[in-house]
Amino acid sequence: MSRLDWRRWLPTTLAPFVAILIAAAISSIVLIGSGKDPWRAFSSMLEYAFGERTGPASMVDMLNRATTFYLSAVAVAIGFRMGLFNIGVEGQFRLAALLAGAFGAATFLDPVPGPIRIVLVIVVAMVVGAAWAGIAALLRVYRGVSEVISTIMLNFVGGSIFAFLLTEDYLGVKQPGSENVTTPILPADTWMPSFPFPNTNQRVFGFIVIAVLVGFGYWFLLGRTRFGFDLRASGMNPTAAVASGVDAKKMIIATMLISGAVAGLVGLPGLLGRDHAVTTSVAGFGFTGIAIALLGRNHPVGIAFAALLWAFLDRTRIILDLEQIPQETIVIMQSVTVLAVVVMGELAARFSRRQQQRSVGRATGETTVERPSVAVAGAGVENAREGS
Amino acid sequence: MSAGEDGSGPPGAATGRPPAVELRGITKRFPGVVANHDIFLTVQPGRIHAIVGENGAGKSTLMKILYGMLQPDEGQIFVDGSPVRFTSPQHAIRAGIGMVHQHFMLADNFTVAENVVLGAEKIAGIGAAAHQRIAEISRKYGLGVDPGRLMADLGVGDRQRVEILKVLYRGARIIILDEPTAVLVPQEVEELFTNLRGLTREGLTVLFISHKLDEVLEVADEITVIRRGTTVATVTPDAVTARDLATLMVGSELPSPEARESTVTDVPMLTVAGLTVTDSAGRHLIEDISFTIHKGEVLGIAGVEGNGQAELVEAIMGIRPATGAITLDGQSIAGWSTRRRREAGIGYIPEDRQRQGLLLDAPLWENRMLGHQTEPPNARGALLDIGGARRDTERLVAEYDVRTPSIDVPAGALSGGNQQKLIVGREMSHSPKLLVAAHPTRGVDVGAQASIWEAIRAARRAGMAVLLISADLDELIGLSDTLRVMYRGRIVAEADPATVTPEQLGLAMTGGTVSGEVAA
Amino acid sequence: MTTQTLAPAAEAPPAVARARRTRRLLLLVALALVAISAVRIVTGATDLTSTGAISAALAAAVPIGLAGLGGLWSERAGVVNIGLEGMMILGTFGGAWGALTFGPWGGVVAGAVFGALGGLLHALATVTFNVDHIVSGVAITLLATGLARYLASFAFTDIGGGPTQSPVVPSLPKWSVPGLGWLAGIEQRGWFLVSDLAGIVRGALTELSALTVIAVILVPVSYLVLWRTAFGLRLRSCGENPKAAESLGVNVYRYKYYGVVISGALAGLGGAFLSIVAASIFREGQTAGRGYIGLATMIFGNWRPGGLASGALLFGYTDALQLRRGSESVHALLLFIAAVLAVIAVFQFRRGHRVVGIVSVALAAGALLWYFTTDQIPVEFVRAMPYVITLVVLALAAQRLRMPAADGQPYRKGEG
Repeated sequence: MSRLDWRRWLPTTLAPFVAILIAAAISSIVLIGSGKDPWRAFSSMLEYAFGERTGPASMVDMLNRATTFYLSAVAVAIGFRMGLFNIGVEGQFRLAALLAGAFGAATFLDPVPGPIRIVLVIVVAMVVGAAWAGIAALLRVYRGVSEVISTIMLNFVGGSIFAFLLTEDYLGVKQPGSENVTTPILPADTWMPSFPFPNTNQRVFGFIVIAVLVGFGYWFLLGRTRFGFDLRASGMNPTAAVASGVDAKKMIIATMLISGAVAGLVGLPGLLGRDHAVTTSVAGFGFTGIAIALLGRNHPVGIAFAALLWAFLDRTRIILDLEQIPQETIVIMQSVTVLAVVVMGELAARFSRRQQQRSVGRATGETTVERPSVAVAGAGVENAREGS
Repeated sequence: MSAGEDGSGPPGAATGRPPAVELRGITKRFPGVVANHDIFLTVQPGRIHAIVGENGAGKSTLMKILYGMLQPDEGQIFVDGSPVRFTSPQHAIRAGIGMVHQHFMLADNFTVAENVVLGAEKIAGIGAAAHQRIAEISRKYGLGVDPGRLMADLGVGDRQRVEILKVLYRGARIIILDEPTAVLVPQEVEELFTNLRGLTREGLTVLFISHKLDEVLEVADEITVIRRGTTVATVTPDAVTARDLATLMVGSELPSPEARESTVTDVPMLTVAGLTVTDSAGRHLIEDISFTIHKGEVLGIAGVEGNGQAELVEAIMGIRPATGAITLDGQSIAGWSTRRRREAGIGYIPEDRQRQGLLLDAPLWENRMLGHQTEPPNARGALLDIGGARRDTERLVAEYDVRTPSIDVPAGALSGGNQQKLIVGREMSHSPKLLVAAHPTRGVDVGAQASIWEAIRAARRAGMAVLLISADLDELIGLSDTLRVMYRGRIVAEADPATVTPEQLGLAMTGGTVSGEVAA
Repeated sequence: MTTQTLAPAAEAPPAVARARRTRRLLLLVALALVAISAVRIVTGATDLTSTGAISAALAAAVPIGLAGLGGLWSERAGVVNIGLEGMMILGTFGGAWGALTFGPWGGVVAGAVFGALGGLLHALATVTFNVDHIVSGVAITLLATGLARYLASFAFTDIGGGPTQSPVVPSLPKWSVPGLGWLAGIEQRGWFLVSDLAGIVRGALTELSALTVIAVILVPVSYLVLWRTAFGLRLRSCGENPKAAESLGVNVYRYKYYGVVISGALAGLGGAFLSIVAASIFREGQTAGRGYIGLATMIFGNWRPGGLASGALLFGYTDALQLRRGSESVHALLLFIAAVLAVIAVFQFRRGHRVVGIVSVALAAGALLWYFTTDQIPVEFVRAMPYVITLVVLALAAQRLRMPAADGQPYRKGEG
C-alpha cells in the first residue's frame, strides 16, 4: 500500500464532486418544476463564462472574484483545522479594509514611495484583522465564551464601528459629484499593478499573486512546520495534543490571530486593484468564505477549485436573467452544494476509515478485536468489539 | 468441586424451586476469536453466585448474553426453568433480569429519581408516586438512597446503589453485577455486601462477576470459574482457598517474579517531594506524595483506580498544576511546561491511548511524531522533517513488531495491541531518562503485552527510570523493583515485589493495614 | 476515572436552595427597578420606563425569546443549533407568505412549519449523518438565506414585492388587559418608582399582539413539558447521557429529532413574529442576528426557560431602546451600567477575583466618563448595543453555567 492509497484520498476527494452533482441535480429539478429548461440555463452560463464573445472578460472577472473568495476561505480554514470556528471574517475584513484604506491614503505618508505604501497597507490590514479576531480569542480563552457566538456578535459590532468611522467626521470623504462617502482615493502609485489577459482589456488583479502566496503559506505552515503540526493535532484530538506538549491557550490565540490576519486581506484585492477607496457596499465575503472552505475540505488546492467554482456561479448569475430564470437559483445551488458537501464529506470519511481498517485486517491477518476497558471517545472508530 | 456439565446442580442446591438461571452449552464467536464455548452454569434462586476469571477469560461476553445485549451462537438459556431467547436488554428486563454495569450509566445533572425512572415512566409516572416507590424500595432493601438528590452530589458507593435501585425498580428478580467492587473502598465494599445479602434474603438472586478472590470468598454462596471462554469448575467457598481459585483461574501457579540481577543504581533520576494537586474546590486529589526513582529502577504504583494515580501522572507530565518539588536528573522541573518536560527526557505512555496518545485519523508516521514534534528525527528547527519521520517510523514498525501493511494507514485502523506497541516504540526511540507508563498493557492482546514488557525490561537494563502505574498485579510484581500503594491520593504502603503477596497488596490498596511492611 | 475525595458536605435539599435563589432574584429585580427609576429622574430620559418603551421591549423580546426557546429544546436534546438564525429566516418568509395567502394565523402556522423543516434538515445532517453540529448549522443558515430569497422572488414579485421584500402583510389581533387606562395618568406625573411601575405595567399588559401572548405562554409550557412529563425526561436524557438513555430503552435518535424539529418550529415562529407583527412585511435581513442573540439568552438563562425569558427581556429592552429615542436613552443607561459594574466589582473583590474586579471598576469608570463627557451616543453605536450587551453578558456569566452534559457530542447507537 503506497502513500497514495486510494482508500485514503479517493473518497474524500470525490465527495465534493458528488455533492456538486447532487446540487446541480436538485437545481435542475427545481428549474424543471418552474417550467424552465435546466440544460439551457447551464449551457448559457458556460457560454457566458468561457465562450468566445464574453469569455475573456468573464474569466478575468472570475479570477478576480476567486482571489477574494480564496483569501476568505483560507482564513476560515485555518480556524477549522484547529477546531475553531471563525465566523467573524466578515467583521474582520471590513474593519481591516477601512483602516488600511484610510491609512494608505493618509497625507502623512506622502513621502513614502508607492510600493512600500502598498506593503504598509497590507500590514495594517493584517494587524487590524488579527486584533479584531483576537478579541474573540481572548474571550474564549479567559472567559470560556464560544467563539462562534462572539465572532458573530463582533461582526455586527464591527459593522457599526465601520458605519461610524466611514462618515465625514472621521475617515470618510465625499467624492465630488456624488453622495457616496468613501475613504480618500488612494494615490495612483498605491494602486496594485495588474496583469493583462488575452482578448480583453479587463485586467487580473495583481493581488492574485499574494493570494497564491497565502495559499502556499497555508500549506507550508500547516503541513511542514512544528506549529502546524501542533495546530492540526489540536484540531484532531485536543487531549492528545495537550499530552504531547501543546499549550492549548496559546494555540487558540495564535490560530485566531493568524486566521484574523488572513481575513484582513480579504478586502484588499478590491481596494488595491479596483476601487482604490473603501465604500459602504454590502459584501458578504465572510460567509462565502465558510462555504468555500467547507466545499474545498480545508485543503489549499481544494479551496482554490471551490473558489473558482463559486466565482463561476457568481459571475454567470446575471446571464440567467436573459433566459428569464431567477438569479436566486444560483444561490440555491450554492447553498445546497455546501450542505451536500458537508454530509458527503462525513460519509466519505466514515467509508474511508472502514475500508482502511478492513485492509489492515486483511494484510495483517489480525482482526481489530480486543478487550478494551478503555472508552472509545468520540472517534467513531468501529473496532471496539468485546472479546472477553 | 464439580463441573456441572450434566445440568445437575452443585452440592447444596435442592430448594425445590427451579434454578433462577441456567445456561447450557453457550457458545459465542466473534471474527477471529471464540469468546465463549460450552458454558454450563446453574444459579440457584435466592443465592449469591460469583463468576470469576481473569481479564480476557470471557466473563463480560457471557454477561452480555445473559443480559440480552448479545445473542449466543449455540446453547440455551433458562430463566426460572423456562427457556428464553433475549433479543434486547429490554426483553431481559421483562424476564426479570437486571444488569448493574461496571461503568455507571448515570446522568449527573439529573436527580436520583430521574435517573431511576428514565425509560420506565409507565410504572409509576415521574412525580411524587415514583419518588414514593423509590423510597419504599430503598427502605425495603436497606439501600438508603434519597430520590430527590442530584446525581452529581453522590459518591461512588451511592451511585452504585442507584444502579441497583434502577433494576429493582423495574422488577428484577435476578441481578447481575459486573465487577462491582472495582471502584469501592473497604467500607463501601462491606456496605455493598450487606445490601446484597439483604437482596437475597428477600428472595432475589444475585450474579456477581469479579476477579477479586478474597471478596468473592467472603460474600458468595457459590463460585463458578471461567477460564479461556469456558466454565471449568463450580465450587463452594468453604471448600476452597484463594490459592485454589487462583490456580483454577490461571491454570497454573501464580507467576513469581523472575530471579534477575538488579539493575537499580543509586543515582536518583526522578525525585518527587510533597507533591500535591488540588481541584477547583480546594480538595486534595493527591496529597504530599514523595518518592525517588533511580536510574535503572522500576517503581510500580498499585492502587484501585480513582485513588489519584491519574492525577499523579498528569502532575509529573505537567498537564496538571501541582505544588511540591519535582526534580529530574538533578534539575528542578516544577513549573515547566509539558513540552519542556518531554524534551528534557520524559517519555509518556498514557492510560487511555486513543484519547491521550494518538491521532486516530492521522497516518502512523504522523502519530510517531506526536509528543516529539520538536525533536529529531521528526523536526529540524521549526520545520518538520517528514522524510526523517517516515524513515524512522519504518524502523520503529519493524523493531517493535507493529503489524501494519504500511505507515500511511491511520492509527485508528490498528488493533489496540499494535497501537500500544507503536506508542511504546515511539517513546523509547527518544531514549527517555524517565518513562511514565500508565496501564501500559491494558486492553492489549497477550503477544503485544509480552513485547511491551520486554521493551520496558530492556530499557531498564539500559539505565532508564520507570514509573509504572497498573491495575494488573502480575505486571506490577513482574516488572517492578519496588512497589508503592496509593490510596485516596496518598502513598500508604511500600513493598518489595519479591516478597509481597497479592493479599497484602490488595489489603493496602483497599485501605487496610499490612502487618510487616507499612509506610504511611 | 475521577478521584474520589472525601464525601461532599451535605447540600441543602434542592427545594430550599431554589427558594433561596428566587428570593435573591426578586431582590435583584427590585434593586434594579429602584436604580432605573433614579437614573430616569436624574437624567430626564423619560423613555426608559415609558409604556411605549416597555411595550416595544416586550415586542423585541419575543423573537429573541422564541429563538432562545428553540435553542433550549435542541440543546437539551444534545444538539447544538447554530442554524436558528436560518430557521428564523425561513420563518420570516413563511410568515409573510402564509399571511398573504391564508390570513395572519395561516402565516403564524406557515412560519412555524417552515422553521420546522429547517430543523428537520439540521436533524438529518447531525443525528443521522453525524455532521459536526456547528458546521451543519452554518450551512443551513446559508441555505436558508438563499432559499428565502429564491422563494420570495417567486411568491412576491407579481403582487407588489420582490426577492428581498414582500408587500404589506395583514396583521394579527391585539389584546389588552381591560381597565388599565388610569395608569396613564400616573405615568405622566413622573413620580419616583410609582410612575415607572405604572409605565411598566401598562406596557406589559396592553396592546399585546396575540403572538406575544402565545410566545409568553410557551415559556411555562416548555418548562412543564421538559421537566414534568415522561417525554421531556427522555428528551433531556439524550442531552445529558445518551448512552444511559439507550441502555434504558430510549430511542435516542428519535428524541433528538423531536428536539431539533421543535427547535426549528420555535425559531420559525419567532421569524413569523418579525414579519407579521414587528415589521408587517418580509424583508431580507430582518432577523439581524436575533437567532444568535437567542442562543446567547439561552446560555445566559443557564439552559432553563425562566432564565432564558429574563435574558430575552433584557436583550429586548436594549433592542427596543435603541430603536426608539436611542441616543438619549442609551446615554442615560450609561449611568445605570456604571452602577451595575460597580456592584459587580464589589462582589468580585469580596470573592477574591481581583483581576475581574479591577476590570469591572475600570469599565464602570469608563462608562461614567463617557456619560459626563458626551450628550448623546452616536447612532451607530446605539445600534450595536444589543450585540455588545450580548458579549458582555456572555463574558461575565460564562463560567458558572451548567449546560446539558452531552450537548454537542456526536452520538451513534451501540458505541459504548
